[in-house]
Amino acid sequence: MILDNLTSTSGEWLRANGPEADIVISSRIRLARNLSTYPFTNRASAHQKAEIEAKLRGYIEKLDFNPRLEYLNLSTVVPLDRQLLVERQLISRELANSEGPRGVGVAPNEIISIMVNEEDHIRLQVIRSGFALDDAWQDADQLDDKLEERAPYAFSEEFGYLTACPTNVGTGLRASVMLHLPALVLSKHIEKVFRALQKINLAVRGLYGEGSRASGDFYQISNQVTLGKSETQIISEIRDVIPQIITYERQARQDMLRDNRHAILDRCSRAFGTLKSASMMTSEETMDLLSWVRLGVNLGLVDQITIGELNELFIHTQPAHLQKVLGKQLDSEERNSERSRFLRARLREIENQMN
Amino acid sequence: MKCQSCGQTALVHLTEIVNGKKRENHFCQECAEKQQLLKQQDLNLTAILQSVIGQHVGAQVDELARLTCPSCGIKYMEFKAAGRCGCPRDYDVFRVPLLPLLERIHRGVRHVGKIPPHAVERASVLIELRELRKLLREAVESEGYEEAARLRDLIKDKENADDPG
Repeated sequence: MILDNLTSTSGEWLRANGPEADIVISSRIRLARNLSTYPFTNRASAHQKAEIEAKLRGYIEKLDFNPRLEYLNLSTVVPLDRQLLVERQLISRELANSEGPRGVGVAPNEIISIMVNEEDHIRLQVIRSGFALDDAWQDADQLDDKLEERAPYAFSEEFGYLTACPTNVGTGLRASVMLHLPALVLSKHIEKVFRALQKINLAVRGLYGEGSRASGDFYQISNQVTLGKSETQIISEIRDVIPQIITYERQARQDMLRDNRHAILDRCSRAFGTLKSASMMTSEETMDLLSWVRLGVNLGLVDQITIGELNELFIHTQPAHLQKVLGKQLDSEERNSERSRFLRARLREIENQMN
Repeated sequence: MKCQSCGQTALVHLTEIVNGKKRENHFCQECAEKQQLLKQQDLNLTAILQSVIGQHVGAQVDELARLTCPSCGIKYMEFKAAGRCGCPRDYDVFRVPLLPLLERIHRGVRHVGKIPPHAVERASVLIELRELRKLLREAVESEGYEEAARLRDLIKDKENADDPG
């Protein structure tokens, strides 16, 4: 069962083996779909929701797609495990915290997930490592066709795929790219980037989507428009702007190295030192320090750890992950202590592997 | 002039017309406030202004307020308050007020993206089935039983193919 393996594995998209993975963590495609014969989730009765869930569960389990998806009935999954799935980006916080019949189909490599009875009946998502929107779209498109073989979608010629919220109608597509932009944050050029993106109608969010803070200098850039443009148009608009941001971030990094090499090296080394030795560590400080180390590795200033290992630490130090490893609920002080214990142990392990 | 309830100097003069009869009231500031006359006056003024400015809009709003989806039962006002549709049919039922909203959100009002490939097939199977059922009726009526049996089997096959379960 996938839930028992999550804390000892990491999603394929975290491994930093995709294009531009030093700056682009992941590329994601999300499609919103609904069955034509039912009300949307918010207006479906408990009975209807159960019917929708049963149907989609059947379709997902029989889906002729490689890899095969494992289906989890979320109404029988305990809150801690639901939180774990949120931290893994496999389900949304909304789906984790809602009630009633709902579920998720997950690929063992965590590249694919299909949420059932979220705001829309179907929320299909594909995540890839690095800057790989086109690959993610190809997978999502195919998977969507396979699912539609069985599931009759709510679709209108005029408005496209019909969704509960008019902000998703049309393609139902949200394409997003997660970027690590520490140098732009440090040089305070990030605001300029945001303003430019907003002008062309792209949204900027933090690590865990809507309303979340951009901790660890991670930013998610995604489209807002879903109607009146084709999928390829929407994707290419984002695909065209990302290289500019990457160049901008690289330039800011080189400027930092040129002007403040010693100060930067000092910050990175101290961050790494603190992570290896502190005995209390909040989630926020962890993100902040890991971000420094990640920058250090990319600048060639730190060489005892890989980007993939760092990516994993960002996720594995989240509250539900720590509690799952220990097999019990922890209050925030206990978590801070366990987090630092986990970091010390894991970093020692990585160091030993390197030597 | 004196306030009709306390006898102090009246500062608020209110003319009411009730059932065509004119009635004049005079109050001091204090008594007028106590009776919330001043507030009411303000409210009335806004209402009057609104009814003047929004005369034709008002009719539309009324019409929209009465719009209800026959499938899911959601009222237009509920949709507007929640910002979420109740069922796929709402896009049809609320089409007119939705268009400007969609224009504002997306700067576009027409889908130009993907079309679900199997929906097209499904639609054509339905059309074909309708055609076959018609032929079957005709065959039965003209007592062409052999042909009717063949058509019946064909329909059964197509119906099963359409429902992969």
